[in-house]
Amino acid sequence: MTDHSEIDKHSGTATTGHDWDGIKELNTPLPRWWIITFYACIVWAVGYWVVYPAWPLLSGYTSGVLHYSSRADVAVELSNLEKIRGEKMVTLGAASLADIEKDPALLALARARGKAVFGDNCAPCHGSGAAGAKGYPNLNDDDWLWGGSLEQIMQTIEFGARSGHPKTHESAMLAFGKEGILKSAEIVTVANYVRSLSDLPTSQGYDAVAGRKIFVDNCVSCHGDAGNGNQEVGAPNLTDKIWLYGSDEATIIETITNGRAGVMPAWTGRLDPSTIKAMAVYVHSLGGGQ
Amino acid sequence: MNQTALPIDMDLDDGPLYVAHKKVYPQSVSGTFRRIKWGLMAFCLGVYYLLPFVRWNRGLGAPSQAVLVDIPNSRFYFFFIELWPQEVYYFTGLLIVAAMTLFLMNSVGGRIWCGYLCPQTVWTDLFYAVERLVEGDRRERMRKDAAGGTVKLRRLGEITLKHSIWLLIAWWTGGAWVLYFNDAPTLVKQLATFQAPMLAYIWIGILTATTYVLAGFMREQVCVYMCPWPRIQAALTDEWAVNVTYKYDRGEQRTSLKKANDLRALGETVGDCIDCNQCVAVCPTGIDIRNGAQLGCIQCGLCIDACDTVMKKIGREPRLIGYDNDINIQRRQAGKSEIYRLIRPRTVVYCAMIAAVGGLMLYALLTRTLLDVNVLHDRNPVAVKLSDGSVRNAYTVRLLNKRGFDRVIAIDIDGPPNATVHVVGVDSITRDRPMIVLGRDQTTELRLLVTTPSDNKLEKSSPVKFRVTDIGLGEVASATDNFVTP
Repeated sequence: MTDHSEIDKHSGTATTGHDWDGIKELNTPLPRWWIITFYACIVWAVGYWVVYPAWPLLSGYTSGVLHYSSRADVAVELSNLEKIRGEKMVTLGAASLADIEKDPALLALARARGKAVFGDNCAPCHGSGAAGAKGYPNLNDDDWLWGGSLEQIMQTIEFGARSGHPKTHESAMLAFGKEGILKSAEIVTVANYVRSLSDLPTSQGYDAVAGRKIFVDNCVSCHGDAGNGNQEVGAPNLTDKIWLYGSDEATIIETITNGRAGVMPAWTGRLDPSTIKAMAVYVHSLGGGQ
Repeated sequence: MNQTALPIDMDLDDGPLYVAHKKVYPQSVSGTFRRIKWGLMAFCLGVYYLLPFVRWNRGLGAPSQAVLVDIPNSRFYFFFIELWPQEVYYFTGLLIVAAMTLFLMNSVGGRIWCGYLCPQTVWTDLFYAVERLVEGDRRERMRKDAAGGTVKLRRLGEITLKHSIWLLIAWWTGGAWVLYFNDAPTLVKQLATFQAPMLAYIWIGILTATTYVLAGFMREQVCVYMCPWPRIQAALTDEWAVNVTYKYDRGEQRTSLKKANDLRALGETVGDCIDCNQCVAVCPTGIDIRNGAQLGCIQCGLCIDACDTVMKKIGREPRLIGYDNDINIQRRQAGKSEIYRLIRPRTVVYCAMIAAVGGLMLYALLTRTLLDVNVLHDRNPVAVKLSDGSVRNAYTVRLLNKRGFDRVIAIDIDGPPNATVHVVGVDSITRDRPMIVLGRDQTTELRLLVTTPSDNKLEKSSPVKFRVTDIGLGEVASATDNFVTP
C-alpha cells in the first residue's frame, strides 16, 4: 500500500492517507488513558469468563471458578427471609389472638402474612379479596356459618368443614327431595316460607300455614324456630340478606331438594400454627369479624 | 510521571495510535483572579469539609446534625428542613434552580462554573499548589521531569512527599463525604478506632481514589475529554456574554519589545502583545488564549493576571487579556464606543425562572403540612353487603406525622348520612369518632370500615371525606374517596 499521508498545512496534523473525492481525514489519535482503559476493559471481560458462568457448551455451560449462580443467590436470600420471618412469627405465635389485634405492629405483621398466605391457599375458592362466590362464603361480611369470633375463625381454618379431619365441623343439609322426605309441592311451599322469613316476595297462592308447618317439622332442628340459624352446626341464618347459594325461589328449591354440603379443607398440618393464627387475624380484620 | 515515547510501536498508518499526553506545568501567578480563586477555594472546601460538624438541635431522639442524609430511616435533614422520601420533588426544584443559575452564569460571564467553582477545578488547583510547594515552580518541575532517568534520593523524597500530601487530601475528601451520611463526631471516633461500618471504609476508599486520580493525574483531561459541560456551555453562551478574551484589537503582530521598536521604525504595525507566553505558562489546561475561545479554556482568568503583570512591567495598558466579547472588540476597531448588555431577554428569562421556581419551592416548603392522610379504597371487594342489608366499604388509611412528638388524632368522615366509622383493632371510647395515637416522625397504616344503614338510598358511588384532626394542636388534614354500593 502506498503511503498517501501528508501533513495538513492548516492544522499541522498528519492525515490518515485516505482520500474521499478530495476530502481527507486528519489523524487525531485517541488519548493514552482512553486506550489503556479500553484494553483494561477487555482484560476485565476475559477475567469474567474465568470467574463467572460465560460460555454455553453442548450440555450446560462453563460455570466459572466461583460457581456463581443467581438461582443459588435467590435460595440464600429466601432462606434468610424465612429466618427473619421465623423470628417475627415466634412473637406472633406467642401472643393471644386478641392481643395481636390490639397491637398495631403485630396486627400489621399478621395482616401482611395473612394476606400473602391467603392469596396462596384460600383465594382459589374465596377470591383474592375474600369476597367469595356462589357456594363460597364472602369473608368480608358479618354473616358466619361457623362463627365470626377470632377463635371460631381460627378453628374453622385449622380443621375445615366436612374436611375429613377428626375435629372438623360436621353437619349436612339433607337432600329433602332426593331422599323422598318431602314431595315437590311441599318443597315449593317451604321454599316460599323461607323467602318470607327475610321479607322476600312469595309466589301467588302460597299457603303460609302449610309452609310454617313443613318448616317446623323438618328445618327448625338446625335452622331454629325463627330460622335464625345455628353456628354450632353451621346452619345459616335464613332471615338475613345474605345467601350463600342464592335467594331466588328456584335456587332455594334446588337447595332443599339436593341438600348442600360445602367443603373446606383443614389447614392444620399444612400451615404452621403461627401462620394459621396470622390468617385468622387477617380474615377477622377484613371487616366482618365479631 | 514519565510522558515520553511509547513503549510499543502501534503504528498502523503513520501517526501513533494514540496521542501522547502533554503534561501541563502551570506557573504560579498572582493577581486579582488568583486572589478570587484562592478565596473561593477556601470557601468551597471549608463548607465541604466542615459542614457535617455543624450541629442543629431538633429535640430528643432526633439527629442533631445540621446536614444529614439518613438513609436507614429515609430522612434528609438540612438545618430546619426535614424531608421525607415522598418530598423528593424539592430536589427536582433545586436541580432546576441550579441548572438555571448555571445558564445565567454562562450568559453573563461564560464558564464561571468551570473556572472557579467546579470541584474538578478546585481540587486540581489545590493539588497543583501542593505540587508547586514540594517540587518548585514550572521551570523547576519541567527540568526535574526531563532529568528523569537518574534517580536521586532528594527527588525521590520530593515525589513521595507530594503523593503523600495528595493522598492525605484525597483521604480527607472521602472521609468528609461519609460524614454527611452518619453522625459526624460518632463516625470520626469510630474511624479513629477502626470500628466504623465497612461501608464507610469502602466509600472513603472510592472517593480517595477518585480524588487522587482525577486531581493528581487526569486534571485538564477530565475537562477536555470526559466532561460534557464544556460542549453544552458552547451552546449556551452568546455574543453578549463576556468571556476571557485576548483583545486582538490591541494590534498584531506579536513580537518582543526590542523587535517591535525596530519594526515600528520600518513603518510596520506592531501589537501590544510581546509574545512572552506567560498566558500559556500559567494556564492549567495548557492552551493559548490568544487563539480565541476554545474547548480547553476553562475561563479561570489566570492568564489575565499573568498578562497584567507583564503589561504593568513594560508600562503598557493592562487587560490585553480580559473579560470581553467580540462585539466590543469589533466596535473598538471601528472606533465606536463599547456596549455591554447585562440585561437581555436571555438573562431576564433565566432570572425570572430562578425566581419563579425558587419562590414556588419556598412557598411549598413553608405551607407544607406536617400532618397528612392518604386513603386507598379496597379494590376487592369494593363494597360488602352485611346481613342486615347495610353496606360497608373498607379503606386503607395512611397517616403521616412529620412532627417530632406523638399526637392524638381523631378521625371523622363527611359522607353518606348516618354512616359510622370503625378502625380495625381500635375500641374507641368516643363512638363514631375513633381516636388513635400517632407516633412521632412516622407513618401509621390503619384499616377503616365505613358502614351505612340499609335504609340509606345511595347513589352507586358517593364522595366521602376523611378528616383527621390533631386534638392538641387543632391541625387538620383530609383526603377524599368514594363510598360504593354493591
